[in-house]
Amino acid sequence: MTLPTWMPTIVEAIYFIAAVLFIWGLKRMSSPRTARTGIVWAGAGMAAAIIVTFFLPGMHNLDWMVGAIVIGVVLSWIVGRRVPMTAMPQMVALFNGMGGGAAAAIGAVELIKFNAALKLVPDTSPIQPEAWADVVGHLGTTELVLAFVGVLIGAVSFTGSLIAFAKLQGWMDRRFVFPLQRWVNLAIFAVAVVCGALALAAGIEGHAFAWGLLIGFIVLSLVFGIAMTLPIGGADMPVVISMYNAFTGLAVAFEGFVLQNEAMIIAGMVVGAAGTLLTQLMAKAMNRSLGNVLFGNFGAGGGAAQQEIAGALKPIDASDAAVMMAYAERVAIVPGYGMAVAQAQHKIWEFAKLLIERGVKVKFAIHPVAGRMPGHMNVLLAEAGVPYDLIADMDDINPEFPNTDVALVIGANDVVNPVARTDKSSPIYGMPILDVAKAKNVIVIKRGRGKGFAGIENALFYADNTRMLYGDGQAAASELVAGLKTLDV
Amino acid sequence: MITGFLALYIFMLAAFTGYEIIGRVPVILHTPLMSGSNFVHGIVLVGAMVALGHADTPIEIAIGVVAVLLAAGNVAGGYVVTERMLEMFKASKPASSQPAERKQ
Repeated sequence: MTLPTWMPTIVEAIYFIAAVLFIWGLKRMSSPRTARTGIVWAGAGMAAAIIVTFFLPGMHNLDWMVGAIVIGVVLSWIVGRRVPMTAMPQMVALFNGMGGGAAAAIGAVELIKFNAALKLVPDTSPIQPEAWADVVGHLGTTELVLAFVGVLIGAVSFTGSLIAFAKLQGWMDRRFVFPLQRWVNLAIFAVAVVCGALALAAGIEGHAFAWGLLIGFIVLSLVFGIAMTLPIGGADMPVVISMYNAFTGLAVAFEGFVLQNEAMIIAGMVVGAAGTLLTQLMAKAMNRSLGNVLFGNFGAGGGAAQQEIAGALKPIDASDAAVMMAYAERVAIVPGYGMAVAQAQHKIWEFAKLLIERGVKVKFAIHPVAGRMPGHMNVLLAEAGVPYDLIADMDDINPEFPNTDVALVIGANDVVNPVARTDKSSPIYGMPILDVAKAKNVIVIKRGRGKGFAGIENALFYADNTRMLYGDGQAAASELVAGLKTLDV
Repeated sequence: MITGFLALYIFMLAAFTGYEIIGRVPVILHTPLMSGSNFVHGIVLVGAMVALGHADTPIEIAIGVVAVLLAAGNVAGGYVVTERMLEMFKASKPASSQPAERKQ
């Protein structure tokens, strides 16, 4: 029960080491070769920080604590292990939301304790700071402000991430929009802030505030997270998840300040800043401003003035397509999320390997927003066994398309649509695209004649050098493999 | 005890660190890295433990338990998911070539 007096120092030292390991780990994650060890280092720091926390002075409720940790860890571990790679984005959203909720809950506990302590102090006026200073503990003005802000941000991140999870999981297909929505959302936010500010002002003055204010503040913050995320479409979710990731980081840093916990401050702030930059990079890659993602509705009424696309769709069958690529010098494979949905990545890699055996130079061309998050497609290809040095970024591969004999597009649509360069009236105008149309020949594997995620006609499909290979991604890839094999007989 | 400006300095330096780390990451690692940073803010578990460890009334304990439960889920899930993604990245040749390692 009684801990040695040097214990808090040991705890502080371990927290410091953990903070170093987090930064070091994230740094190692910035290169594919060292990334794996990066997460292990960060994990070691985390485990150490969690274990020493049990030895802080004055900790009680240890039975509850251990129970909650075991349940939380086991459930998440099982879910995290089982979930397929295509579902990674919503998993990140889910776990991020939990972190945000935890940060908000920490703030709530601290504020409740603070207010309960104030209620014990006779509400005399003028206030006598010395009378309440020791009951109230360390919560000064800065801590109080950060506690409230942390609760707000954490709560928004919590419910917002859960909505993002539900949308990506396919539980909520539709965007939920109604008239004056923006004003309703603004009103919710404003009332939440007013509740929080009134409570905060009382707290700073040293008066206890009404419980209703704190409850209203927390509940409305939670509601605002839902209201803010509901109208955002699935295509924009990665940006939103990244933003909530940054939010959670900030909330953790602020609550860390309230608890005077340096590890939380540093780790939270690093994530807050990194997440903010990542959000900007993602929004840029999608040609959307963050404001547009949050407050605009994509493609809502547009489309009327778009240019007509001339030409016809020219089909090709799989064996001809296979021959065409077998005798090509350079082939670029352009996968999109459609490939992953069809689970065709393994077959495509098998096909690519056969081409490589024949001496064809094969590369995979990845658009920054291929898949559902930047880098998601790389993960899916890596899962299929494609080595990362065959995978090229958009900026690297775009100059090579004119020298590419065949570009094989599978399950990608908007990211290869030349309309983004040519048609100013198109909603995707200005979005960076893969210059697939400049390749000598283009083969597009597509299930049907439908439009892309953004609902825009794709001029690439009508180009003279484009042939359409209709069929389910996996079946078409199998036919391509079979086509190649017959050549070798 | 961290006070006013010292806290501001810590916030500022940590923010720059985070910004610099992400700035050099190739796009192919953005998803794992988002997941990795998601794991790192799982340090909130430490705070949740402190909050629960000093909770006295039933309502404080209840909210504290929720905090610990959620934070533990964040830590474990974030780690598993990140580790699973990263273990799949392999080079085709022995780690000699420097592939798509660039990008702002």
